[in-house]
Amino acid sequence: MHTTLRIRRFNPEHDRPSPYYQDYDVEIDPSDSVLDGLIKIRETIDDSLTLRCSCRGAICGSCGMRINGHATLACKTKMISVASEGEPIQVEPMHNMPVIKDLVTDMAPFWSKIRQIQPWLQPQGPPPAAEYTAPPEAMSHLAGVMSCIMCGVCVSDCTVLEVDKNFVGPAALAKAYRFVADPRDASTTHRLEHLNQPGGMWDCTRCMECIQVCPKGVGPMDRIMSLRAKGMRAKIPATCGSRHAEVFMDIIKHKGILDEPMLAVRTFGLKHVGRLLGMIPTVIQSALKGKVPLSGPLHRPIPGIQHIQRLFKRGRTKS
Amino acid sequence: MKYAFFPGCVSKGACPELYQSVMQVYPRLGIDLDEMTTAACTGAGVLQEKDLRLGDALNARTFALAEQQGLPIMTICSTCQGVMSQANHRLTTRADYLQEINGLLKEEGLEYRGTTSIKHFLWILLEDVGEDTLRRKLTTPLTGLRAAPFYGCYIQRPTEALGIDDHPDRGKSLERIIEILGAEVVDFPGKTRCCGLPILTINEKNSLTMVATHTRDAKSHGADIMVTPCPLCHLNLDGMQGKAASQERTSIDLPILHLPQLLGLAMGLDARSLGLKRNLISPESALAKIGIGL
Repeated sequence: MHTTLRIRRFNPEHDRPSPYYQDYDVEIDPSDSVLDGLIKIRETIDDSLTLRCSCRGAICGSCGMRINGHATLACKTKMISVASEGEPIQVEPMHNMPVIKDLVTDMAPFWSKIRQIQPWLQPQGPPPAAEYTAPPEAMSHLAGVMSCIMCGVCVSDCTVLEVDKNFVGPAALAKAYRFVADPRDASTTHRLEHLNQPGGMWDCTRCMECIQVCPKGVGPMDRIMSLRAKGMRAKIPATCGSRHAEVFMDIIKHKGILDEPMLAVRTFGLKHVGRLLGMIPTVIQSALKGKVPLSGPLHRPIPGIQHIQRLFKRGRTKS
Repeated sequence: MKYAFFPGCVSKGACPELYQSVMQVYPRLGIDLDEMTTAACTGAGVLQEKDLRLGDALNARTFALAEQQGLPIMTICSTCQGVMSQANHRLTTRADYLQEINGLLKEEGLEYRGTTSIKHFLWILLEDVGEDTLRRKLTTPLTGLRAAPFYGCYIQRPTEALGIDDHPDRGKSLERIIEILGAEVVDFPGKTRCCGLPILTINEKNSLTMVATHTRDAKSHGADIMVTPCPLCHLNLDGMQGKAASQERTSIDLPILHLPQLLGLAMGLDARSLGLKRNLISPESALAKIGIGL
């Protein structure tokens, strides 16, 4: 099988370094991974091509890169699954981190954010004679998140990091959940309070990019949602994010459907009255344009609201 | 083609022009709708932050109501579609979980057997109405209009729950519709990214940066308008665009149309009847370019 790899090249040692794309035509076997193709290029066509790889089996997490616009592990991506007739396979370094050369990114910011969440067990009391133990049933739910191989793929495609480098990011938040949910850890409240700060768990947009691209099924965004739920249950100080979720839920409980004006008023409240006042121009403009709720300003409860309320009463997850 | 119609909160709240435009186009496409007036909000992913199981119970109730009618559900909101698809995926892949949730529905005399399909209007146009029928309904092809697609996260990811793994064409469905309507697709990197609405309350700066980035990017690629199947994206991209432009000290002025509004124009419907006067960024000059008045 014949295909073309279009690779984003960058060499900082050039006189005027700027990225460019270079096409390589290669003969591939249907079972080849993109990493196989890249190694073939490096060994037979262009030995200046720089990439990072090691295990070739989706264990070490070294070969994270973007293939056809999405971050993934090159070793886990079959060439045949991303090749399309007449189109080159586009290969680029991961986003949201500096590029060192060609497909190799600087992982230092990634590790800095991982360290930020203190990724080690913080138990309380005198240390046991042997290791800290926990019953298997208390740890089994953490198997998924402990599958993380720190490849950086979720960080590459995070939509928040694109606009704000201070966001702690999906990999670090998933790792934070791993310790918050560990029954042996005694720093849960402290950890949640730290994650409650700007740039922490409430800054995630819930865009699901990290869930989609994670090659190990860690589901970082699901862990972030679990952190938020734990934070709200632990009654750590409210943020606009937690109030938004609390008020949203309360409105659905009483009306069955959303009441947007009430959601804004109750979320911001007197504490953030400036944010409410800042919305006035948009509200006036919307009203002048006729953007008013079809049911009128009062948002009456839906017919059969008693059934919704019964579900709220019986269906709530016990903390 | 009859559907249990789930309009979603926003189409009857902050984006009434979406509901208005759907009401104009659907009868002309041979679609019959039975609106689900007793179904609750999906939770929009927000309620699920507090309680995923409760969210699944609310959505299972909606699926059971449609199942009783023997109808598939039609949504007009990427977020409703995504949240419902994810809930349905959890319920139909774990029999013990479905049984547990059904225990909560029993008191109302409901049981969900797992047979309800949930489809966005965007997919219905291509998969059920069909391209040939759709083309026959078009009287005013939008030739000369350059339209940038903007999907909304929840109709793009996760692909397994949304059925995109089984129907790969769904991932490019908005581009296909734009082509069928006679307009030119303006491709740009942000079309499947986040509009920023979910973090508007917690981090307005980041949210507005996302609005400015995507609208400015689409415009710099030559777009006259942007079209979205998600009213929540519309709230941010249209409603907050002025503020986003101020934050970035620039002007953008890119009209954002709901999918049924664009479709209605190609079907020759009056722009006012499609609620286009209600869009905050006026599409007047963009539409004038192809001879459509507002």
